[in-house]
Amino acid sequence: MNYSMKIKPDTVRVGLKPTPFIDRLRPLNKFESLAYWQGYWSPADFGNPEREYFAIRNTTSVFDLSPMTKYRIKGPQAEAFLQRLMTRNIAKLKPGRVAYTVWCNDEGKVIDDGTLFRLGPQEFRLCCQEHQLFWLLTSAAGFDVSIHDETDEVCGLSLQGPTSYSVLRALGLAAVETLKPFELRDFSFGPGSIMVSRTGFTGDLGYELWCAPGQALPLWDALQSAGRDFGGVEPIGSTALDMARIEAGFIGAHLDFMPADQAVRAGRAASPFELNLEWLVDFNKGHFTGRAALLAEQKAGSKRCLVAVDIEGNKPANHALIYHRKKTEVGHISSGIWSPTAKRNIGLAMLQMPYGKSITSDLWAEIYVMRELKWEKRMAKCTIVKAPFFEPARRRATPPGAY
Amino acid sequence: MSYSHIVIGAGHNGLTCAAYLAKSGAKVLVLEARSQPGGAAATEEIAPGYRVSSCAHLLYQLHPRIMLDLALDRHGLEFSAKNITTTVLAGDGAALTMLDGKATGNISEKDAQNWPIFWARMKKIARHLQPMLLMSPPRLAGRDLSQNLDLLKLGWSIRSLGREDMREFLRIAAMNVYDLAADYFDSPLIKVRISADAVLGTTLGPRSPGSVLSLLYKLTGALNGVQGAMALPKGGMGAVSGALLRAGAVRGVDLRLGQRVRRIIVADGKASGVETDTGEIIEAANVISNADIAKTMVSMVGAQHIDAGFQRDVSKIRSKGATAKLNLALSALPNFTGADAQALAGRLLLTESIEQIELAFNPAKYGQWSKHPLLEVVIPSVTDPALAPAGHHVLSAIVQYAPYQVESGWASQREPFQRDVMAHLEHFAPGIGASVVGTDLKTPADLEAQFGLPGGHWHHGELAIDQLLMLRPVAGAARYATPVENLFLCGAGCHPGGGVMGAAGYNAARAVLAKRQAA
Repeated sequence: MNYSMKIKPDTVRVGLKPTPFIDRLRPLNKFESLAYWQGYWSPADFGNPEREYFAIRNTTSVFDLSPMTKYRIKGPQAEAFLQRLMTRNIAKLKPGRVAYTVWCNDEGKVIDDGTLFRLGPQEFRLCCQEHQLFWLLTSAAGFDVSIHDETDEVCGLSLQGPTSYSVLRALGLAAVETLKPFELRDFSFGPGSIMVSRTGFTGDLGYELWCAPGQALPLWDALQSAGRDFGGVEPIGSTALDMARIEAGFIGAHLDFMPADQAVRAGRAASPFELNLEWLVDFNKGHFTGRAALLAEQKAGSKRCLVAVDIEGNKPANHALIYHRKKTEVGHISSGIWSPTAKRNIGLAMLQMPYGKSITSDLWAEIYVMRELKWEKRMAKCTIVKAPFFEPARRRATPPGAY
Repeated sequence: MSYSHIVIGAGHNGLTCAAYLAKSGAKVLVLEARSQPGGAAATEEIAPGYRVSSCAHLLYQLHPRIMLDLALDRHGLEFSAKNITTTVLAGDGAALTMLDGKATGNISEKDAQNWPIFWARMKKIARHLQPMLLMSPPRLAGRDLSQNLDLLKLGWSIRSLGREDMREFLRIAAMNVYDLAADYFDSPLIKVRISADAVLGTTLGPRSPGSVLSLLYKLTGALNGVQGAMALPKGGMGAVSGALLRAGAVRGVDLRLGQRVRRIIVADGKASGVETDTGEIIEAANVISNADIAKTMVSMVGAQHIDAGFQRDVSKIRSKGATAKLNLALSALPNFTGADAQALAGRLLLTESIEQIELAFNPAKYGQWSKHPLLEVVIPSVTDPALAPAGHHVLSAIVQYAPYQVESGWASQREPFQRDVMAHLEHFAPGIGASVVGTDLKTPADLEAQFGLPGGHWHHGELAIDQLLMLRPVAGAARYATPVENLFLCGAGCHPGGGVMGAAGYNAARAVLAKRQAA
């Protein structure tokens, strides 16, 4: 064999992929605290996640969304393709609107969730956490549709918090006050334009700004100036964002559900019903992948359910096992924090049915706390409540209140 | 006229399925795209007065249960020869003729003595696999009692081989036929016989893993009570379809020729009929497709009605044929070097060694046909003179190895391919070229276009361990029902597979009727 590896060193990327915002973000990331996000340079925090969290709820936070996996889906059959792919009725999604949706495998288990932006009658952008090209191309066979990974061609910033509207107005975005939740629009910015959608992962008033990499730094700098009179635009990492999303009752891949195409163990993947997402499943829109399996599940009943729980005390219950009558193990907390805003100990819990549906009382979380190098066990009572744990009116107000 | 069942495709499995459905009282319509029924089990006129089996030319698997149930003999199925000899011709005069356990000709004394023992052993193992033919593949999980019984029966049947033969079965099941032949024999021509039966109609070489399984599969067949026997239907393979057609017709099956199904009508996950090319919509409570699963589910049902993972599985079925068919009209009986009159009435295998078969397979892997292919030849007019004008003959040859996808495409390569095959044939039968009065060559591309064989594969998909039983055609559609309610499959792509057997059609009919009872 005469085969030898001939890869030029400069074509091999070593380490994390930078995002277009890295030149501004890296100097601020004093402790070099990073989180894994598809191999990109993505901050976990900037030294003080609590402070970052409070920026989300009190002023304006900014989070670098560029690593978000983005696919451009277009063609005469783009809608038909998405109808077959998604559990939601995409025909109802109008151009200029965004929808949260999930997609399933044949067994009706969730592969991933994401936001679908309808850019035009035949053009969409899908934003999601996991890489989906294989599944999208698999699903595209037989449809007149093109699918293009545009992750590195579009960068993004998530601007979330009560003053975010005021910051955007100060940025000079004309008529941004008329942008409704889940609406998207192009705004002129500098020599070009940026796309703004009123979306986010915090359950608060907020926007996501999408632009070409060339506009990244001008946009960043302009936002910093625009925010000066509104308490600043605070860069945040994923730790603070995660706290906000739990308060909002949003689920995360690899946290609250295992992406079905990556789950190795039998029974680990979850259906939309099990994730409390039945509102995303439309059986009347025609066929979609997983429909038959989901109909069967609807008939036979689901095995598990995701519920929101209020946990006694103030010790975060993340990953705690849940027992019925302190005896029978019936599930676990998939995401749990002390909620600084709700002032409650909250969590999302995956429970084995019938616990969580017909049996909802006498549930206990087994929490371990480290006290000066000694583990102590607390059994904390769990009460099933309705998510979200925090939902300010400003989230939906149009026009949003100004500061 | 309203129908309870529509069968798409009048191949022998479609006709078998239709006849059984009608037998139990269903009102069945068979829609066939071509102007002739029978699919790849057909006889055609290749030159005025010369008729020959279009595609398959030897009958060795037609299930006895089907012959009996449908009384195919009463419906006109006759044989011009019932248990024909197989003769291997090396081209240089060396020849070996076999009939069942008897082998005479160029073979060592040791191998001649060993042959009946070996052949009986292979037949015994294959016999113990027979129960699976008329059994719906068992589910991997959630089996009911009858499926467990089926599985138990098969397990017991294999166990009852006895310790020694069961060990041998386990040893050879996943082996290649080249090694198996070498285990038992030294003489080149006997090895040709064994490996030819394993590779004909497949995309396997003698050294391909799984080729032994292919041999055993073929040997599960029996005709007129003789296992491993090969017969020539009187009038060509079309006689089988003709008899199946009449067996259906007397039970009220309607057949419409020249009606290509454009679309299977599906709403809310249920099939309710078909739309033909002319735009006619025909409704029926059940639709059964003799077409392959990819054409049925993707082209006729449509991607928007099926799950993406299922569609991917269906599209990935290994179904690329490597077998062509050559039919010749001849003004005289060809003179095959080394063959006597008896040999010419039987089956001829033309090649000098098992190594040559493997060498012939090589180019097929890389988009080229073999210049020295293995040829399986019959001259049916020797025993069935009505197939050709007096004193004239028809020759039918299976050409093993010509790939489905050939470099530069078959449209431009058919002529040189034909020249190569004829030159190769001339080597075995000097002077044959001069007596040719008509030629009909079907490349794998032609077989797909004419008979709907996906990828030109004779069995609607390779018969290999990954595509058998509950994996045939794909997991999730192995029990003849598809994910679309009221839509069934009955073609060779289903268990137990190809060959003119009819078992897939029979099993499919049983699955359709079982659904009715369950409802």
